[in-house]
Amino acid sequence: MVDMVRIGSGAGFAGDRTDAAIPVAAALAQLDGPRFLIFETLAERTLALCQLARRADPAKGYSPAMEKLIAPVLATCLEAGIRIVGNFGAANPEAAAARLAALAQAAGLSPRIGVVTGSDLTARLGPADLAARETGGTLLAGRSAITSADAYIGAGAIAEALDLGADIVVTGRVADPALALGPLIHAFGWGDTDWDLLAAGTLAGHLLECGSQVSGGYFADPGIKDVPGLAEIGYPIAEIARDGSFVLTKPAGTGGRIDRFTVIEQMLYEIHDPAAYLTPDVVMDLTGVAVAAIGPDRVKVSGARGKPRPDTLKATVCFAAGFLAEAEISYAGPNAAARARLAADVIRARMARRAPGLALRIDAIGIASLFNDTPGATLGALFPSAAADDVRLRFAAQSEDGAALDLLLDEVEGLYCAGPAGGAGVRRHLVPRLASASCLVEREFSAPRAELYGAPR
Amino acid sequence: MTGPILLRQLAFARTGDKGNRLNIAVICRTPRAFPVLAEGLTPARVAAHFAARRPSRVVRYDLPNLAAFNFVLDDVLDGGVNASLGLDGHGKSLSFHLLALELAPSAAILAALRDLPAAPEDPLRALEAAFKTT
Repeated sequence: MVDMVRIGSGAGFAGDRTDAAIPVAAALAQLDGPRFLIFETLAERTLALCQLARRADPAKGYSPAMEKLIAPVLATCLEAGIRIVGNFGAANPEAAAARLAALAQAAGLSPRIGVVTGSDLTARLGPADLAARETGGTLLAGRSAITSADAYIGAGAIAEALDLGADIVVTGRVADPALALGPLIHAFGWGDTDWDLLAAGTLAGHLLECGSQVSGGYFADPGIKDVPGLAEIGYPIAEIARDGSFVLTKPAGTGGRIDRFTVIEQMLYEIHDPAAYLTPDVVMDLTGVAVAAIGPDRVKVSGARGKPRPDTLKATVCFAAGFLAEAEISYAGPNAAARARLAADVIRARMARRAPGLALRIDAIGIASLFNDTPGATLGALFPSAAADDVRLRFAAQSEDGAALDLLLDEVEGLYCAGPAGGAGVRRHLVPRLASASCLVEREFSAPRAELYGAPR
Repeated sequence: MTGPILLRQLAFARTGDKGNRLNIAVICRTPRAFPVLAEGLTPARVAAHFAARRPSRVVRYDLPNLAAFNFVLDDVLDGGVNASLGLDGHGKSLSFHLLALELAPSAAILAALRDLPAAPEDPLRALEAAFKTT
């Protein structure tokens, strides 16, 4: 009987450090028992970008980050029996499996690859059906085309793929914590209605799925929250017991820190009601969780409670929403803030005449940008008395009308000659925009399925 | 003399986003800060601090066993990461906006601050001196 399962995190997002998984895989390789390495690589918009890539080339549509994240640890994991679970299948898990099989073969390996599909809703729900199920807005109302619609499916199909013997499991959209819960259901044989255990596994997954955000990443504030060795931060490993309690730690010799504070910060990350965190597998209640430091970089977490899973699944729907235009110019030295303010006024005046109706956001980096608001009230209050001597102005707008946006970019560039003195460093770009909306869909519209790549159907 | 106390001296914070909704977890640096903040860091106070973003609703969830709070602010992300015109569509930086919230000095805050190692810039000593002379 399995008493402990170890799950390490190799990446918390597609842009994560590509060498982060190496110490985690090395640490797991020295241990026995069931061990897994999970990779989370799908932001809200990624599925839509991958769907577009798949339409252009049927062999694509998986996460472009897959290869660089997995290649450094593939041989180590396969040789040591560490099973890999990642959602880098994105819009095309089958193609991801094909690519992984080729990668492994080139290294003289032939792993069994599990493929989890079934998040794509577009075959069963059209734009109007999705619009009728939208929550928290009406972005989909009247829309005739969407780019992608995917439900967050649960851990069941991941567990099934592992039951089939997969050494690597590639999924499309799944609830992020399911990347860890799936292996736990597989290894411990937790039941479909063991709500407290499913909640415990979900909590382990929630704490692991953002990688180093639980081990000192995104935490440091020098002087008040110091993190040793941030440049070589260690990614987390959870040691989960059969009763669902677990210890979070990280590979020896790595930087970062794991203590009550790093764990509690991440526990509440992206949580709304802590008594009811909705996932496809369980409703998790964090209010009774105990977090205890039990050693250096070792924190024990226990006490998550579960309630029956919701009837509906959350889905993210992405659709084309015109273009985003951004242009920047800088002013520095004596009276820089006043010159920047004049430049902002010039652009406002010219755009009001040349493209009336185009909503414009103006930030002044060095005075108010991250904390500015789109109507500009915050910057407006600070600009008259601002004494900054190095200011970068940023202009942004979005529209279906690319020509109006080009006008804005041209006007900002025009400040080079026709604007205030000393303007420098113009950068401009125009990119297509994919917007997203959330829906709640009935479970029967998803079709979770696990199979082994290359197995006869 | 002492200025106001910044929330940053008593607590840590981290934001998360879902669509146009922002959550900010506030974790007390010492359990003694929890009752102080439970009283002073009200949803109304937080809503006022974020007034420029026009939150439609601010809810606070209390986690006394973790000495933490979770604030949920609706409709403050300019439509969310895939719609915002701002640099920070996720609202990731907004934890530090909240941490800059000013709290009026009080004996309870002073007691909580005494539990903590003073950061180099913490005006703890100045604060203590001010309390001794008043």
